[in-house]
Amino acid sequence: MGQKCPKRNVPLGQKGNIMEELVNIIIDNQKVSVPKGTTILQAAKEAGIDIPTLCFLKDINEIGDCRMCIVKVEGRRGFATSCIQKVEEGMVIKTNTPEIMEARHVILDLIISNHDKDCLTCSRMGNCELQQLAKKFNIQTIEFKGERIENQIDDLSPAIVRDPNKCILCRRCVAVCKNVQKIGAIDCANRGFESNISTSYGKSLNDTNCVNCGQCIEACPTAALHEKENIDDVWVKLKDPDTHVIVQTAPAVRVALGEEFDMPIGTNVTGKMVTALKRLGFDKVFDTNTGADFTIMEEASEFIERFKENDNIPMITSCCPAWVKYIEINYPELVPHLSSCKSPHEMLGGLIKTYYAKNENIEPEKIFVVSVMPCIAKKYERQRNELSNNGLFDVDCVITTRELARMIKYANIRFENLEDTEFDNPLGVSTGAASIFGTTGGVMEAALRTAQDILTGQDLNDINFEAVRGEKGIKKATVNIDGKDIKVAVVSGLGNAQKIMEEIKSGRADYQFVEIMACPGGCIMGGGQPIKSSTIRSEVDIRKLRADSIYSIDEKSKIRKSHENPVVKKVYEEFLDTPGSYRAEKLLHTTYKTNE
Amino acid sequence: MKTLEEINKIRTKKKEELELRTNINSSTKEKHILVCHGTGCTSSKSIEILENFKKIIKEKNIENVRVIKTGCFGLCAKGPIVIIRPEDTFYANCKPEDCEEIIQTHIINGEKVQRLLCKDIDGSVVNSLDELNFYKKQKRIALKNCGVINPEDIDEYIAFDGYLALEKVLNNMTPEEIIEEIKKSGLRGRGGAGFPTGQKWELTKKVEAEQKYVVCNADEGDPGAFMDRSILEGDPHCILEAMAIAGYTIGANKGYIYVRAEYPIAVKRLQIAINQAKEYGILGKNILGTEFDFDIEIRLGAGAFVCGEETALLESIEGRRGHPRVKPPYPASSGLWGKPTLINNVETYANITKIIINGAEWFNKIGTENSKGTKVFALGGNVNNTGLVEVPMGTTLREIVYDIGGGMPNNREFKAAQTGGPSGGCIPKEHLDTPIDYESLKEIGSMMGSGGLIVMDDTKCMVSLAKFYLDFTVSESCGKCTPCRIGTKRMYEILEKICEGNGSEIDLYRLEKLALSVRESSVCGLGQSAPNPVLSTLKYFKEEYKEHVTYKQCRSKECKKLAQIEIEADKCKGCGICQRNCPVEAIQGEGRDIRTIDQEKCIKCGTCLTKCPFKAIK
Repeated sequence: MGQKCPKRNVPLGQKGNIMEELVNIIIDNQKVSVPKGTTILQAAKEAGIDIPTLCFLKDINEIGDCRMCIVKVEGRRGFATSCIQKVEEGMVIKTNTPEIMEARHVILDLIISNHDKDCLTCSRMGNCELQQLAKKFNIQTIEFKGERIENQIDDLSPAIVRDPNKCILCRRCVAVCKNVQKIGAIDCANRGFESNISTSYGKSLNDTNCVNCGQCIEACPTAALHEKENIDDVWVKLKDPDTHVIVQTAPAVRVALGEEFDMPIGTNVTGKMVTALKRLGFDKVFDTNTGADFTIMEEASEFIERFKENDNIPMITSCCPAWVKYIEINYPELVPHLSSCKSPHEMLGGLIKTYYAKNENIEPEKIFVVSVMPCIAKKYERQRNELSNNGLFDVDCVITTRELARMIKYANIRFENLEDTEFDNPLGVSTGAASIFGTTGGVMEAALRTAQDILTGQDLNDINFEAVRGEKGIKKATVNIDGKDIKVAVVSGLGNAQKIMEEIKSGRADYQFVEIMACPGGCIMGGGQPIKSSTIRSEVDIRKLRADSIYSIDEKSKIRKSHENPVVKKVYEEFLDTPGSYRAEKLLHTTYKTNE
Repeated sequence: MKTLEEINKIRTKKKEELELRTNINSSTKEKHILVCHGTGCTSSKSIEILENFKKIIKEKNIENVRVIKTGCFGLCAKGPIVIIRPEDTFYANCKPEDCEEIIQTHIINGEKVQRLLCKDIDGSVVNSLDELNFYKKQKRIALKNCGVINPEDIDEYIAFDGYLALEKVLNNMTPEEIIEEIKKSGLRGRGGAGFPTGQKWELTKKVEAEQKYVVCNADEGDPGAFMDRSILEGDPHCILEAMAIAGYTIGANKGYIYVRAEYPIAVKRLQIAINQAKEYGILGKNILGTEFDFDIEIRLGAGAFVCGEETALLESIEGRRGHPRVKPPYPASSGLWGKPTLINNVETYANITKIIINGAEWFNKIGTENSKGTKVFALGGNVNNTGLVEVPMGTTLREIVYDIGGGMPNNREFKAAQTGGPSGGCIPKEHLDTPIDYESLKEIGSMMGSGGLIVMDDTKCMVSLAKFYLDFTVSESCGKCTPCRIGTKRMYEILEKICEGNGSEIDLYRLEKLALSVRESSVCGLGQSAPNPVLSTLKYFKEEYKEHVTYKQCRSKECKKLAQIEIEADKCKGCGICQRNCPVEAIQGEGRDIRTIDQEKCIKCGTCLTKCPFKAIK
């Protein structure tokens, strides 16, 4: 919210060294030269002209359905669809004649006439693209009132709520689910006025192949898709003096939370976040990063073991619950390739209710662990029965970055003015290796740092694995450790995961270690992160800003290898023994569902 | 596989054999009993009629008589139709039990069955098909073979110059020459928009690509329109031939016919035709001994109206939901699976072979300056001769309605004609003499459309009519774009409000504003043309709208809620039956009093109207 987009200094046509073919056009009487293949919308932006959009989501949904972006091209019948139609030499375009304005006004009026206008009680109030357009178009009354079809809200999923009454049929969710994630849990059903976005046979999302990645929520311009809110569960426990309420925060939350308070995208607000959590009344504020260090200890040693035994190689990471559900549904025969490690917050939750409880002399039953996650699949994950110990779930409640921001606002805390505080001891000490878990390639890099030291028996300084960083959806690299070549692949986005899984399934793949994250870009782009409008998404590289912030946390860390974390060492000495020990297996590892 | 020589032999031999089909003075001793097997006649037992004829002929051991199934004759109101050639006797409304009499009287005794002979509107008995006024102003080009040949017999098609055009282009014409010929002919797309066909072929040819496609749009969706169906049912080979010519011209070797599954007879005959053509080597590899390969596949549509829109049709062929694509790019550059694709409508293809054989000059002479050739219309509504008519472009609406259609039943007054179905507009009385072609129809706010022509007399309410068409577009809108998805629904709601007497002047203003907006901003032709019925009725029948909103009156009494029910005092006998039956006690009076209706209480259910034994209530 409120993010200013950086203005491009270099004209589009001069980008890079390659001379692109330019097209000369006139937009609103301005002469503009843009590269061939540019859309009218982009070209207008170059000329400093804004064209309203609604269904448009750059690179994901470019279908021209909503008709908000219509413009007039001289000599052509009707209006042109600026978000998809390309400029042509000599085109004369008008973007704001009274006719266009009126047509757009009517379109917006029609959309709103069929929308649930409960804005005051809506989770997207103030961050709703439809609301922003209504303000822009000065819609004060609805001219074309009429019938609305009331549809049932689907809130059976532990993570996602679908409210069809707020849906404006922009199909952004459909596009991201079907084309980016290649899941296709939802699509358009019925026809005409009765069209609605539905699952197959109108089942609850909970009963479909949805893996709860939440990318649909990030894509939704309204609140037709939103997370299942668990804030009230937290308030109830915070009020109860007999419950020891512990909160932990994931690596990706700290570089995004500030955005909810109008801070620049990617601002690292770790210290303010901890202060805020303490002010909210949590008894202890721990760091999921500490859990991530444990994950690396377990996962690196599991990998070394499996690599030596050639046991279900490639080994694939298991931190991402959406990914785990995906493989369970789509490639059950390849489930043995998953690492048996629980995800970091589950590991930490398990340690809180055993090691910490014992040390602090608190009954585990009285502990309530809240995880603040950039993810909504974690809401689904935490209620999986296998992620428990002695009949207690490792984690009792998951809230997202967005929900935490709501709690902070609710408590009247002026976030941007808070001083910094450190995480509580003991489970608040972490390494740079853990912090990069939040971005694609992070788990791989952290694991390699530890594996490298274990295999060579040395404390190596060359620990930046650049090859596994960056925005690409599939990154492949060969890492030489102690004279052995290890082939790795780092994947983000389930559409990409599908490609790698097909490679593995067919035997074409020769990787030894694969990291997979369901969300494109990793957890920093998770379904629980602050929602950015289509305009910001098309103008700012949000992923890069958040990732840069994550890597800078790593760079600044004194300790950058998980096995050097003093708390980790201490817990192994006092409690767990060694990675893969009986107790570690019991507490920190899990099992999966297969079709068998 | 047949060689060109063998095909030519079949043609010569068959031509002789079938001469009686078109020559009324043929000296042959043979007789052909043609039984219409179009969808209309089939549904009124023409299959049974054909079987009966065969059975009787066999039983009686009659020689020199053949019974043949044909496509539609056009005058569907008179179906099932049986025609006996060469004398061209037209028997109307035949029943299976009439076969015996026709055989006995006509075939054996050589006398006509008077009671079954078709009668014209004026009651005069028609001896032969040509005498019928219905056919006099028609010119059959697209429908040339319909009702003449057996559509399930490739040899009959070949006999009537079938596959001669294909032979001609493959051996003697370059693609450029074909395009030139079609351009010169002036043929324009018969699917509705009227894009010049030659130009479309040229555009598709010019795009360079490894793979191109030819598609036939047989997804005829206008309610009441059945031109394309009749061509497919009556002369399927002419479509295959034209598609092969198109393939040769643009450089495609694969064709798809997208036809709706609701046309089972058309689908069946198309498949038979494709199989026969493949057997003869007219489709497949090295057609007629040349280097040219071409194959055709049928793709069935589920009947969504929007799939008649070319890009939605392509989406559907590709196996997706029938949603239109934003144009440009046009299918000529990016169509089926992103490849250059030529899409023409059935009727357009049906003209191609005739243009190739008879030449562009011949075709060019028919029609008006900018609209050449003929157009097939499905004539329906309040008109005597409902059916299929093919007239030269430029024929006036009056000629179609009165001369061909025989005017309104019960001598009622003509009020309007709707062309182009739900996408078209209403043409009022004052434009009856407009020559029908692409431009003049557009000028008066309607469109050619695919060829639906519905005639309405003065019992029709124009507001209701607009509502009726909107109801159709609301349920057929695909839901992709906002203006069509919600805008048509809101227009319908406003019309409903007006028809129920709850409308106001503001609603008329809103209706027009919305209609214009939907027309301008919708993605595809469906949405862009959906407001036409509203806009054209608003233009020509504004008075009627005003009566609805201002005086709450519907002059045609079609809007039930606006109807005033009154008891005529001079006819009322005071029996009280109406009063006893009124569900809301709106009728007042006692004993033998003349009854009156309390308009406040009356719900216009119409019960009293039907109950009154003296017809005193109106």
